[in-house]
Amino acid sequence: MIRAAALALALLASPAWAVEPDEILDDPVLEERARAISANVRCVVCQNEPIDSSDAGVARDLRILIRERLVAGDSDQEIFDFLVVRYGDFVLFKPPFKPSTYALWFGPFIILFIGGAAVAVSLARRPRAPVKNDLQLSAEEEADLAKLMKEDTSL
Amino acid sequence: MKRLLFALPLVVAMIIGGFAIWGLSGGRDPSSLPSEFISKPVPQIDLAAIEGVERPGLSTADINDMDGIKLLNFFASWCGPCRAEHPNLTRLGQEEGVTLIGINYKDKPEAAAKWLEELGNPYVALGSDYSGRGGIELGISGVPETFIIDADGIIRHRFAGPVVGDGLRRFLEALDEVRQ
Amino acid sequence: MIPELGQFALSLALIAAVVQSVLPMLGAARGNALWMQSAQASALAQFVLIAFAFGALMRSYVVSDFTVENVVNNSHSLKPMLYKIAGTWGNHEGSLLLWVFILAGFGAAVAFYGRNIPMALKARTLSVQAWISVGFISFMLFTSNPFTRVFPPPLDGNDLNPLLQDVGLAIHPPLLYVGYVGFSIVFSFAVAALIEGRVDPAWARWVRPWTLAAWTSLTAGIGLGSWWAYYELGWGGWWFWDPVENVSFMPWLVGTALLHSAIVTEKRDTFKSWTILLAILTFSLSLLGTFIVRSGLLTSVHAFAVDPERGIYILGLLILSIGGSLALFAWRAPSMEGGGLFAPVSREAGLLINNLLLTTATATVLFGTLYPLFLEAITGDKISVGPPFFNAGFIPIMMPLLLVMGVGPFMSWKRADLQGVLSRLKVALAAAVVTSLIVWYVTTGGPVLAIIMMGIGVWVLVASVQEWGRRVKLFQDGAWARIRRQPRASHGMTLAHIGVALLVLGATGSSAWKEDLVAFADPGAKIDIAGFELTFESVERQRGPNYIADVATLSVTRDGEFVTTLYPERRFYPTAGSTTTESSIRQTLAGDLYASIAEPAAEGAKSDWLLRVLYEPLVNFLWIGTMFLVLGGSLSLTDRRLRVGAPRKSKSKAAPIGATPAE
Repeated sequence: MIRAAALALALLASPAWAVEPDEILDDPVLEERARAISANVRCVVCQNEPIDSSDAGVARDLRILIRERLVAGDSDQEIFDFLVVRYGDFVLFKPPFKPSTYALWFGPFIILFIGGAAVAVSLARRPRAPVKNDLQLSAEEEADLAKLMKEDTSL
Repeated sequence: MKRLLFALPLVVAMIIGGFAIWGLSGGRDPSSLPSEFISKPVPQIDLAAIEGVERPGLSTADINDMDGIKLLNFFASWCGPCRAEHPNLTRLGQEEGVTLIGINYKDKPEAAAKWLEELGNPYVALGSDYSGRGGIELGISGVPETFIIDADGIIRHRFAGPVVGDGLRRFLEALDEVRQ
Repeated sequence: MIPELGQFALSLALIAAVVQSVLPMLGAARGNALWMQSAQASALAQFVLIAFAFGALMRSYVVSDFTVENVVNNSHSLKPMLYKIAGTWGNHEGSLLLWVFILAGFGAAVAFYGRNIPMALKARTLSVQAWISVGFISFMLFTSNPFTRVFPPPLDGNDLNPLLQDVGLAIHPPLLYVGYVGFSIVFSFAVAALIEGRVDPAWARWVRPWTLAAWTSLTAGIGLGSWWAYYELGWGGWWFWDPVENVSFMPWLVGTALLHSAIVTEKRDTFKSWTILLAILTFSLSLLGTFIVRSGLLTSVHAFAVDPERGIYILGLLILSIGGSLALFAWRAPSMEGGGLFAPVSREAGLLINNLLLTTATATVLFGTLYPLFLEAITGDKISVGPPFFNAGFIPIMMPLLLVMGVGPFMSWKRADLQGVLSRLKVALAAAVVTSLIVWYVTTGGPVLAIIMMGIGVWVLVASVQEWGRRVKLFQDGAWARIRRQPRASHGMTLAHIGVALLVLGATGSSAWKEDLVAFADPGAKIDIAGFELTFESVERQRGPNYIADVATLSVTRDGEFVTTLYPERRFYPTAGSTTTESSIRQTLAGDLYASIAEPAAEGAKSDWLLRVLYEPLVNFLWIGTMFLVLGGSLSLTDRRLRVGAPRKSKSKAAPIGATPAE
């Protein structure tokens, strides 16, 4: 009896995961927006999880808050801004696009550009093998050679 | 030119290494979050008093009406570290000339009342934040958290965790800075 | 007694490693054959000693020896035996011992199976390998000793996290580590080659099997980890671009580039610098991963031990090994001249694009993972870089790569006929376009990108199959004989590329068109999703070996016809005091129907239970695709030509193709 009670207590004490029905909005469009927003908001007390899938109390509070604001008519961006005012950019999984993150967002392109340029430069600088005129192949040999080279897709 | 290119991976690795060294240096906590409210006025909050506790409720206007330095402390009866820091906060309220105000975070009024009765009530005003919205307004992530608000109503410091031991020392240092 | 012997064995292994780091390298410099060959003995000694140490730790777990601190912290007498054994490596110290064990294993393998590798190169390689061993074994002995004792021993252990008591997760670390550590051999080969000052095409041939082995294992390890996350965590996700996931993915990306680059070096005597650099980078990224997971530098769900002190030690190791090897590269590599020239349109060019794009993708992931650290150091601001950034950066780089992947196998070395190649690919192109149109027509919602990616996935699939069919002349007589005559590595390529195509389809399907429903439920409730109707029948309490579970029964029908029954569970582990969700999944090629159950946290909730039901289209293509990748890699490993050092079975057989005189 005591064990059952203790177990029940323990089960109650450990929170359930993620979105709960009393948080679900009746309007499916708004609810989908809520889920999308929640998936992009970081739970500040967890080790890298979105509030959509976190057990934490603060996560739940924020899920409900987001839905309230959606019902009140806020846009997605306004809700993100609301959270950023209170918790900072840290709370967004998508880093904002501002001077401190220009390097981040432009980074991949710049890396690709530098890489591509380096490769292009090193290719352009390779010495071209001069064609030696004393090494003539007969027409037959040329044909054979072309055939062999064309067929060489060995691994 | 060619040599430069070949040295690039090394240079990049060294830069990353430098940042890694910084990252591991002294007491950096990768999961702690700095407060957004430093050097800003207290955001709009308006919390009713805790039922069964003889203190007025807490609103931003109330806070701004108070003189001198205020310590805004988030606490709850279910929070162990809050219990540990309680005597230190009480002492600060009495000896350091600061006004102690509290917000009871996600706590049942009866439990809070009992807790305060047992440990003593050093708070001048208390807000009841059962829903946790007050906490969100100030960007807290848990309890206990304590904000140092200066005489002009500007938040100068946010301390996360219990004000005990080494934390107490750092808190006092922060308090001294605010006084100047 | 045995733990002490284990620690002693580890110390002896360190001595063997120190000897191995010095003697063979000096021997190679001086031409002293005896010193060079000493590597054989020291490699064997290391392996045997570390195997003993590993066995000692495992024994302590198996018998639940709670005088050993490591066992106390990570085990419990009630744990099932499989998880007691897996507990050996399910913690910081034990996993390091596993790391070092595999490192020694690979070293011994090279010592004994690398018979046709020139003596000097082999000696230098084994010395470099030993440097790594010295670093890691000393790290263990000085900061992370698994054999420390605790007196008086507690009555029982603290139990392993129940979330980790899972078969998939038990095998996940060994597979990953064979991957990470396997790349150490290639790293050692590369550094040895740099020290020697030259790279022969034959060098690439020796490098290839080790790269394949490591890569295949790493693929399996990452796949297993994703699969585990998918079925265990309850919301059907399989990749979150979490820092620890990223640090396993980056070695895989450059490892893939390395694999392809090594082929070019072997066949065409070019891309030498690329291959060496990739070999260094792959293992460097493995080391970086080890560092990040154990140092507390970044927050992550996975992080092992948050201990800056250990972090500093590993960082020191990293600076020496990565900094040293890259410095050596910067100094020596420019003088290594490349051989073969190639036209702008050729297989080499295609693989060059491959190298470039994979490296860029890796750099993007690395940059995104470390950016929060960079920003915090410079401005003090804290930001998060999550899936939106990584998806936005990674996918656009992958798209051209996938397109090239379809074309590449058709292209010949040195100079390819682009017109000819493209005209052969008309079928694949048509299939891709048709697929996109069908997907667009059939689905509602989902981004345009998803439709394009489905088309690209089919492009790679059809192109790969078509290339294979053309190569073996599938519909002409004697096809079977031709199939058997093909080197296995080329079949391996086809399988692996098909695997990638399936991965793309699975990733796109399960991300873009996933359906996700959460509802209050009491027995009797009905839920509709993706054309299925689920009826919540009952909940029953059951006991497991170390847990108590509530098991729900859900019957599933579609259009009135019975489809299946699902049994999601909620488990409570008394000693750990935590609960886990065990989902129930109906798997089909078209998609998974996925159910989990939990109790509501809110007081006064409308019902006793919460049901979460997901529909994930095409998600199994992910796992099937991974299996194709592993199959392809394994098949390639059995290629006759790669058995460079296999012992000859009989003297009458001709020497294996791969065996060359030492030059």
